[in-house]
Amino acid sequence: MARKLLLEHDDVPGIETFEVYRKLGGYRSVEKALKTMSPEQIVEEVQKSGLRGRGGAGFPTGMKWSFLAKPEGVPRYLLCNADESEPGTFKDRYLMEKIPHKLIEGMIVSSFALGANLSFIYIRGEYMWVLEILEKAIAEAYANGFLGKNILGSGYDLDLRVAPGGGAYICGEETALIESLEGKRGNPRMKPPFPAVKGLWGCPTVVNNVETIAAVVPIINDGGEEYAKIGLGKSTGTKLISASGNLVRPGVYEIEMGMTVEEFIYGDDWCRGIANGKKMKACIPGGSSVPILPAHLITKTAAGEDRLMTYESLSDGGFATGSMLGSGGFIVFDEDQCIVRNTWTFARFYAHESCGQCSPCREGTGWMEKVLNRLEHGQGNMRDIDLLAEINKKIEGNTICPLGDAAAWPVAAAIRHFREEFEWHVTNREESQTRNYGLLKAPVVG
Amino acid sequence: MSNTHVDLSKRHSEKPTFSAEKIAEVQALIASYPEGKSKSALIRILHIAEEEFGGWLSIETMDYVAEILKIQPIEVYEVATFYTMFNLDPVGKHVFEVCHTGPCMISGSDNIMDYIQQKLEIKVGETTKDGMFTLKTAECLGACGYAPMLQCGKKFHEHLTKERVDEIIAAYRSGEMPK
Repeated sequence: MARKLLLEHDDVPGIETFEVYRKLGGYRSVEKALKTMSPEQIVEEVQKSGLRGRGGAGFPTGMKWSFLAKPEGVPRYLLCNADESEPGTFKDRYLMEKIPHKLIEGMIVSSFALGANLSFIYIRGEYMWVLEILEKAIAEAYANGFLGKNILGSGYDLDLRVAPGGGAYICGEETALIESLEGKRGNPRMKPPFPAVKGLWGCPTVVNNVETIAAVVPIINDGGEEYAKIGLGKSTGTKLISASGNLVRPGVYEIEMGMTVEEFIYGDDWCRGIANGKKMKACIPGGSSVPILPAHLITKTAAGEDRLMTYESLSDGGFATGSMLGSGGFIVFDEDQCIVRNTWTFARFYAHESCGQCSPCREGTGWMEKVLNRLEHGQGNMRDIDLLAEINKKIEGNTICPLGDAAAWPVAAAIRHFREEFEWHVTNREESQTRNYGLLKAPVVG
Repeated sequence: MSNTHVDLSKRHSEKPTFSAEKIAEVQALIASYPEGKSKSALIRILHIAEEEFGGWLSIETMDYVAEILKIQPIEVYEVATFYTMFNLDPVGKHVFEVCHTGPCMISGSDNIMDYIQQKLEIKVGETTKDGMFTLKTAECLGACGYAPMLQCGKKFHEHLTKERVDEIIAAYRSGEMPK
C-alpha cells in the first residue's frame, strides 16, 4: 500500500472521535498555522504544493485562493463543497464518515488562511447521516477549543456550520451551491462576477471540495514542497479514487498520483481485477461526466504508453482517445455490460438534474434521454445516432454552467468508441427489447 | 429538473405545528445564520418539517415554514419543488428510493428493482395498500462502490441481494431498523 495522507488511520477504531484523532497527531496543522504562520504563508505553502481542486476541474487551489477579494470591512467565506453527486463518486463521503476531524482540521487552517470567520460545509441532503457525524465532530472541536472564539489563544475566531442540500446534482456547481446555501433554488449564476468577488450573500467567497480542504492538512504539516514531491509533474500529491462497477474489490482508495491504471485495476493492493473472472470492456475514469474509454485505451494511451493515474496522462489523446481524471470516479464495465443502456442511464441522470434555466441544456438533455431510451428499447433508427451527435453540438458551450457539457461529452464518447453497439440496437430491435437486463448480446468491442 | 407541481387537492386537514422541542431546534438553526440571512435555514427546516409531518410537504406545511422564516410562501414552494428529496405528495411510512444510475445499473439494480416490485406488489411511484412502503427510483446517491443500494429515510442499505431485500422489508414491517 502506498502512503496515506488523507485516509491515514482510517482503520483505527474510534478515529471519528476527537480523542483518538488528536492522540494520533490530529490538529497539529492548526497549532502550526495559528501559532507560527501568517495567512499569506499558508497560501504560499498551498501554492508550492501544486494542489489542484479535487472536485473534478483540477484548478490550482493556491491560485484560486489568491483571487479572493479582500475589501475592508466585508466578511469573507469559505464553503466546503460536500455535495458529492457525480455518478461514480463517493470518496468525500468516505473521508467524512470515517475521519470527520480531518475535514474540520482542514477547514480551520483554510479559513484562517482566507480570513473567514464563518465557514460552511454544504453537504448533499442524502448524506444526512454524514451531516450528523460532522456535527458531532464539530461540537467536539468547539469543546476542545479548536473552534469558536480565540482559537488556541491566537485571537482568531471561527464558527463552522454544516448545511444540507435537498437532492440536486447541480448544487455541486459552485454558484448553484451558493444559491442553495442562501435558501434558494440551485440555479447557477452568470459569471463574472466570480464567487471570489461576489459569492455568498454578495461577499467574497472560496468554494473548495472536501478532499481539497483535507489535503491542506498534510501540506501545512510537512510543507508544500514535500507534498509536491509526491506524484508526477503537475499532478502532485495523493488522490482519492472511488472505484465502482464490476471489480473484485470496489471501494475508496488513496493513491499516489503517477501509478499505472493497469496496477490500480489489477493490483493486489487495489481493485484486484474484474469480478467473476470476466474481461474488462470499458472504463470511465473520472465520474460520469468524462469520456468512456474502451479497455485497450484505458490501460495504454493511443501511442502505446502506459496510462498513468494523473490529470495529464488520463487526458492524453484529447477526447479522441483520452478521457479525464475528473473527480476520480473510476467506473469499470465488464464484457457483459451494455454501453447503450449505461449511456441512457447517464442521459436520464442529466435530464433529471438539469436546473432548467438554459434552454439548450433543459431541452437538449431531455431529447438525448428520449433518443437514447428509444435506441436502448429497440425503437431507434440509424439517424438517431447522428441526431445525438447533433444535439451534443447544440448544448456544448451554450449554457451558463458546465452541466450541459457534462451531459453531452459522455454520449459523444460512447458513440465514438462503441458505435457498433448503438447500431446493433437498431439492427436487432427485437432482441434489444427482450434481452435480459445486463446481459449483452452485442459483440464485445475493444 | 423536477417535473412535480403542487397539487392543491392534497392537504393536511389541520395546520401543522412543531412541538416545543422542534421549534427550539428550528429557532437555534435560524439564529446560527447572520442577521437577515435566516432564509439560508430553509432547506434544512423543510427536511425537519417533512420528517415531523408525515414524510411529505403539504401546502399547509410549506405555508407554516414560510411563516416561521417570515418569507413569502412562494419562496418556499419554489425551493420545495426544485429539490428532488422533498415529497409533495403523501407517501408511505417508509420510502424506498432505489438508485438506478450507471454504476448501480451495471451492478444489478434492475433485478433488485424488479424483485422489490414483486415482493411489495407495487410499481415504482406507488404505495402499498397498508401504507407501509412507497417505492421510488433515485439518481446516483453516492454509494456506487457498494451497489446495488436503496435509501430509506436517513439510512443507506447497500450491497443489496434478494435475501437482503427480504430482511430489510421484514425488519421495517416489524417496526425495527434493519441492520
